Amino acid sequence: MRPVEDFSNGLFRENPTFRLILGMCPALAVTTAAINGLGMGLATTFVLVCSNTIISLLRKVIPEDIRIPAYIVVISSFVTVVQLVMQGFTPELYGVLGIFVPLIVVNCIILARAEAFAGKYDVVRSAADGLGMGLGFTWALTLLGAAREVIGTGSLSNAYQMFGLPQFSLKIIYGSYDPALITILAPGAFIMLGLMIGLMNLLTKHH
Amino acid sequence: MDIREIMIVIIGAVLINNYVLQRFLGCCPYLGVSKQLETSLGMGMAVIFVMAIASAFTWIVQYYILLPLNLIFLQTIAFILVIAALVQFVELVIRKSSPVLYQALGIYLPLITTNCAVLGVAVINIRAGYSFLLSLVNGTAAAIGFTLAITLMAGIRERIELSDVPPALRGAPITLITAGLLSLAFFGFAGMVK
Repeated sequence: MRPVEDFSNGLFRENPTFRLILGMCPALAVTTAAINGLGMGLATTFVLVCSNTIISLLRKVIPEDIRIPAYIVVISSFVTVVQLVMQGFTPELYGVLGIFVPLIVVNCIILARAEAFAGKYDVVRSAADGLGMGLGFTWALTLLGAAREVIGTGSLSNAYQMFGLPQFSLKIIYGSYDPALITILAPGAFIMLGLMIGLMNLLTKHH
Repeated sequence: MDIREIMIVIIGAVLINNYVLQRFLGCCPYLGVSKQLETSLGMGMAVIFVMAIASAFTWIVQYYILLPLNLIFLQTIAFILVIAALVQFVELVIRKSSPVLYQALGIYLPLITTNCAVLGVAVINIRAGYSFLLSLVNGTAAAIGFTLAITLMAGIRERIELSDVPPALRGAPITLITAGLLSLAFFGFAGMVK
C-alpha cells in the first residue's frame, strides 16, 4: 500500500524534526510545555494535510515558473484559517504560541513537502504524506515539550489542566526535586533538542 | 523621535532579545548555512538588506492598505507575498545594478523568503506598535543580531570540525548544543536596559 508507506515515512524514518532537521524555529520556541508542543504540532498538521491536498490537486494547473508563490498563497490561506479558528476557540493557546501561529507559513516542512511531494504525486498519497509528516512533527514537539517541562518545572501541570490527566509530578516520585529551570529557558531549548536528536541517532544507529 | 528610544530598540534587538538565540527566529538558515565563516557573512549581509526593506514595506502595507480597508485578517497572506515579491525584486535590481554585490549575495537571496526572521520581524513591528522609523530600525537591528549570531556560530563550527565529537552527536546535535551555550552567553546581556 503506497499511501500507508507515505504516511509512516514521516512518522519515523524521515521524521521532520529528528531526521530532516526542518521546522526548527517552532520546535525550539513553543516547546516550553508538552501541551504547547501538541497544539503547535496539530495546527501544523492541519495546514500540511490541507496544503498538500490542494497543491496536489492543482499540480497540473500551476505553471512551473511561479509554483513557489502559488504554494505560498495556498499555505498562507490555510494558516489564516488556523489562526482565526485558534483565536476563536483556544484563545489561551493562541496567546502562548503568539507570533509562531502566523509563522507556520514559513515553516520549511510545509514548503519542502509541497515542493518535494505534493507537486509530484496524486491526492491520496500527498494527503497521507502530509498527515504522516504532520504527526511526526507533533509527536516530536510533544515529547520535547514534555521533557523540557518535566525537567524544568518538575511536573506536567499544563497538560493536567487541559485534559484532566492524572497529575504527574517528580516530587511525588522522589520526595523532593529541584527543577532545572534552564530547560524551559532559551538555552535549554537548543541543548535539549540537540541531546534528543543525538539520542535518536544512538537508538537507531543511523548516523 | 527620541534617540534614547532608538538606542533601546537597537540594543534590544541585537543583544538582549537576539532574534536567533532568544526568540528562535531564523533557526533554519542559522543551523544550515553556518558551516563556513565566509558564507555565513554573505548570508548575514543579504538578510540585513532584505529585513530592512521588508520592515519598511510591510509597515506601509499594514497602515496604508490593510487598516483603511479593514483587511487585517489578510495580514499573514499579504506580508508573505510582499516579502516574496521583495526578495525577487531585490535580486533583479542587484543583478542589474551591481554584479559584484550580486556575486556575493546572489545565492542567498532566494533562501531568505522562507527565513522566518523576516516575516517574524514584520509581525513583531506591528504587534509592538512601532512607528515607521522604529520598524525600520528594529528590522535592521534584528538582522544585525542575526549576522552577529551566525558569524559567531560559523567561527565555532570551523573549530568543531577539527575536534573529536561522539558519533551520535555529529552534525545537527552538536550544532544545537553549541547554539544553546551561545544563547546562555547572550543571557548575560539581559538587564542592560530597564
